[in-house]
Amino acid sequence: MGDLLINFLSGPVPIEAYLGVSLIMFFAGVYGFLSRKSLLMILISVELMLNAADINFIVFNRYLYPGHMEGFFFALFTIAIAACETAVAIAIIINIYRNLSSVQAGELNQMKE
Amino acid sequence: MNFLSLFVLIPALMMIGLFVSKNRKQILFIMTFGASLQLIFTSVVTYMYLAERAAGNMAEMLFTADTVWYAPFNIHYSVGIDGVSVVMLLLSAIIIFAGIFASWKIEPLTKEFFIWYNLLSLGVFGFFICLDLFTMFLYYEIALVPMFLLIGIWGSGKKEFVAMKLILMLMACSALLLMCILGIYYQSGASSMNILEIAKHGIPLQAQYYLFPLTFLAFAIKGAMFPFHTWLPDGHASAPTAVSMFQAGVLMKLGGYGCFRIALYLMPQAAHEFAWIFIILSVISVIYGAFAAVAQKDLKYINAYSSVSHCGLVTFALLMFNQTAMTGAILQMLSHGLMAALIFALIGMIYGRTHTRLINEMSGLMKVLPFLGVSYVIGGLASLGLPGLSGFISEMTIFVGAFQEADTFYRVLTIIACSTIVITAVYILRMVGKILFGAIQDEHHKHLEDATWYERISVVTLIAAIFAVGSAPFWISAMIGESVMPVITQLAK
Amino acid sequence: MQYTLLIILLPLLSFIVLGLMDSKLKPKVAGAIGVSVLGIITLLSYISAFEYFYLHKIEGVYEKLVPLHIEWIRFNEFLHIDLGILLDPISIMMLVVITTVSLMVNIYSLEYMKGEKGFQRYYAFLSLFTFSMLGLVVATNIFQMYIFWELVGVSSYLLIGFYYTKPSAVAASKKAFIVTRFADLGFLIGILFLSFYTKTFDFNILNSGDASIFASTAGVSFMGISVMSWTMGLIFIGGAGKSAMFPLHIWLPDAMEGPTPVSALIHAATMVVAGVFLVARLFPVYHTYAPDVLHVIAYIGAFTSLFAAVIACVQTDIKRVLAFSTISQIGFMMVGLGVSGIGGHEGHEGLGYMASMFHLFTHAMFKALLFLGAGSVIHAVHSNEMNHMGGLRKYMPITNITFLIACLAIAGIFPFSGFFSKDEILAATFQFSPYLGATMSFIAGLTAFYMFRLYFNIFWGKEHKHEHTPHESPFTMAFPLVFLAAVTVVAGFLPFGKLVTADRSEYIIHLDPIVATVSIIIAVLSITLAALMYMKEKETPKQLATTFSGIFKMASNRFYIDEVYIFITKKIIFNLVSTPIAWFDRNVIDATINNIGVVTQWTSHKTKRFQSGQVQQYAYVFLVGTLIIAAIMLFV
Repeated sequence: MGDLLINFLSGPVPIEAYLGVSLIMFFAGVYGFLSRKSLLMILISVELMLNAADINFIVFNRYLYPGHMEGFFFALFTIAIAACETAVAIAIIINIYRNLSSVQAGELNQMKE
Repeated sequence: MNFLSLFVLIPALMMIGLFVSKNRKQILFIMTFGASLQLIFTSVVTYMYLAERAAGNMAEMLFTADTVWYAPFNIHYSVGIDGVSVVMLLLSAIIIFAGIFASWKIEPLTKEFFIWYNLLSLGVFGFFICLDLFTMFLYYEIALVPMFLLIGIWGSGKKEFVAMKLILMLMACSALLLMCILGIYYQSGASSMNILEIAKHGIPLQAQYYLFPLTFLAFAIKGAMFPFHTWLPDGHASAPTAVSMFQAGVLMKLGGYGCFRIALYLMPQAAHEFAWIFIILSVISVIYGAFAAVAQKDLKYINAYSSVSHCGLVTFALLMFNQTAMTGAILQMLSHGLMAALIFALIGMIYGRTHTRLINEMSGLMKVLPFLGVSYVIGGLASLGLPGLSGFISEMTIFVGAFQEADTFYRVLTIIACSTIVITAVYILRMVGKILFGAIQDEHHKHLEDATWYERISVVTLIAAIFAVGSAPFWISAMIGESVMPVITQLAK
Repeated sequence: MQYTLLIILLPLLSFIVLGLMDSKLKPKVAGAIGVSVLGIITLLSYISAFEYFYLHKIEGVYEKLVPLHIEWIRFNEFLHIDLGILLDPISIMMLVVITTVSLMVNIYSLEYMKGEKGFQRYYAFLSLFTFSMLGLVVATNIFQMYIFWELVGVSSYLLIGFYYTKPSAVAASKKAFIVTRFADLGFLIGILFLSFYTKTFDFNILNSGDASIFASTAGVSFMGISVMSWTMGLIFIGGAGKSAMFPLHIWLPDAMEGPTPVSALIHAATMVVAGVFLVARLFPVYHTYAPDVLHVIAYIGAFTSLFAAVIACVQTDIKRVLAFSTISQIGFMMVGLGVSGIGGHEGHEGLGYMASMFHLFTHAMFKALLFLGAGSVIHAVHSNEMNHMGGLRKYMPITNITFLIACLAIAGIFPFSGFFSKDEILAATFQFSPYLGATMSFIAGLTAFYMFRLYFNIFWGKEHKHEHTPHESPFTMAFPLVFLAAVTVVAGFLPFGKLVTADRSEYIIHLDPIVATVSIIIAVLSITLAALMYMKEKETPKQLATTFSGIFKMASNRFYIDEVYIFITKKIIFNLVSTPIAWFDRNVIDATINNIGVVTQWTSHKTKRFQSGQVQQYAYVFLVGTLIIAAIMLFV
């Protein structure tokens, strides 16, 4: 146990550490997506999941294929997409708020019944 | 491009015309003009057909034309007519013409009503001229969907419910039909969906055994065969006048025509095997419809059940597999179309005045509405088979034809079917006696106005046709008799 | 004899003109059209009768002429309906009868129906009826006969229901149509059987005596009875319906709701004898191939005749008395046919046929006269009930005398026409079976009794107080009475045996002196009895009624046959068949279809939570699913 900890702290950062972070981020996102009622919180959770995916892209690229750049590009690409998506989503949410004075996901059922 | 395509083009052009028309006057002008043109054109085609036959052209179908429409699936647009289609075209043209005058004052959305009405007529004309299974199906569907809107928007009573019910039941049989059409095409191995070609190839016996009952059933539902007739009474009760006329007069005939043209023609061997089931069902329809009509209180229901009874005779006669009975079946389609349309037109006109269709709430209308009353009596008499009117010819041809089968099973069923002439008399006379004769009970009914000029045109057209068929049946019966021969030959193989 | 076509077509033309113009014509014009058309065709039919009986006899046998013959519709290589004209002695005789009576009725109606609403319509219907009846009798084939058979049925329906605002008239017309229609079903099935086996509809072929066309019926039987007996029996049912044979007679008394001249024309003289005509037309077939049916016809005729005569004795409505008397007399004609043979110049086999046709002829004349006389009385008294009449002889001398002549004729008193014809039927019946002969003689006695009961009740007995003094009818009504009375007086001396016989060759009538004497004695006795009971007002009839109250009540209620019919139609057909079927249709078949819809809807309501639209829910399900799959992949 002690050795493992020492190795972990002294050597280069192992891939598991990065993956652990992204795993936590991703499931935090999943949890938030499932449990939150507010559209904003849901959106934030989606962003969390996206960012977790970005981290994975970069980490896998760095550790498994050091000579390649595709992972980085994908990450950048995803960030850009996420930004656009957030912008659109926020716009929709604001509009919803203006019309319905609420951003609770469960209450947005007027198109359904 | 064959001149037969004009049958489809005229309604299409009329629809475009209606689309750009501005006021009521223009709409009615377009409709009247177009429908008259259609009627004249149909008569011309009838004449041309007879002339061609007289000149000795004995091809199975005349004026055929064939264009590839969608090559990958071998779908062709192929047209052609024989005596049976000519009769059906005549019937449709007459009823559509009369229907326009019966819905002269339709409100609201006059323009839209007529557009959909035209689409219906386009569908039936297309169905009757086509020889290709796929295009037939296409037109069959076109003649179905507008019904939903016509009943749902311009109907009365529980119109939305009824429109839904009708369309779902008929769509179910369309689904069945589509399946069968594809089955027929692939099993036959023909290189196109043209029925003449499929008939030449023949369909393997195994395939016929499951395709025939389904195809026949699909068309028989359209022809309101027991126990799948229940779309009909409700449909009639809620439909606006012109649509009721159209439905009883033409749409139900698509069923009989389909049974004749597709089910029997393409799958003769299986037809022999399964005929008895459908004969029994037909005879049940005949008797059951007639008895059910006796106990009804609503005029439209009486005539709807009467339609069930009369159309039962159509399938009954088709399944007798001999020339006389089959001729009778086609004649019965023609004659039932005319008289059902007449009666529904009159019911609509009476309802428009009394605002009730219950026979208990009307009496003595003959005194205030002599024209409508007399026409109603004529319609009723035609329906109960008075000589000189069309119903007699068709029923007698059917009975004589059915009697040529010496088998006891057929004999008994034929005799049972014959007894409909008595039951029909019972409900027709009951209805006529209650609403037209006697003293006027309702004060409001004392000041009703008799038929207007446009209503008269509608009624007189139909009555004239009924008389014409009834008093000079020889040419029409000869024309049909010669045209059912290909089917008989197929069945005799 | 092409011009006979005109006889048929002119009434049709007049129907079309009158029917289309209807109230646009003045009543007088409509009446004039009707009468003049009838006048022309009556003349034409007399001419054709003379021409036929004088010119168309070859070697002692009258020819069968077919001056016109067109194919109307073809069913298959054998069967086709033709429209044509067949002239032979019976159709010529019927032409004369129909046109004569119809002309008289048309003239009579000018006055009788004056001022009625729908006068033009009335004449249109009369023309329609005349047309159809003429078409019926000249039919060349059995299907043409059926066509016109239906047409006379419908004209009878229209004329009975002429007063369509009167519920009883509407009900009567409906009943008449449906009962005869029911009989026609038998007729139709009979035709279908006959045509199936013989491959023809044509009377000339059927009656030609050629055995080969019936060859296919040999040995075919059903329930022990040969197929030809079934066929001819079924065809007779049609005739029984029109001719009001028991138990299909119930429509005829009710049919008296129609205007009286119509009753005279249709329900006394012409249409009701269509059944007799039908049997006569197919007589060779009946005689050769279904002799058993012919005997059944005789017994049915005799029973009906007796049954109707008994009822006629107690009815109080004068038109109903006449109606039952008509039924009874048609029974006589049926008996005449039923007991007859063909030919037989020595053994008198053909006597029944000839006598029956003779009786048809004479009966048409005197029964029309009786009805027209009754109409004249009703016109004067405004009532149909016997006890509103009495002592009318002073006010209506012409009606009185003509009515008396007709009564004497129907009672069978020499030298009036009824004597000759009825006597020959009796003679033929005695030849066939003495018991049947005796029964028929008894019925003849009853006939004399009830006719004179009627006569004395109307014209003698106690005078009834009237609001207006009854008056004799004007000339247009009196002329037909006088004319028909004249015919009734002389018709008995017509050399009928030379004209109309079963084998179309001459037949010498020998009056059977015993039968004749006996029947005259019976008739005279009955008349005396009636005179004693009804000439002066007496208590005897009432006493008799109370003594025999059981049978009296049954007879005045017409032996409850109508009630049986109402029970069958209302209780059984309507309540036990139609209503349940209608219920079944709505609540079982339709409900099944509707319930399919309901179940589908219910299922989708239940399953719609799966499609909530809540993305979070979807994601949750998705996540759980992923985890489960992952777990499966890891551990399994």
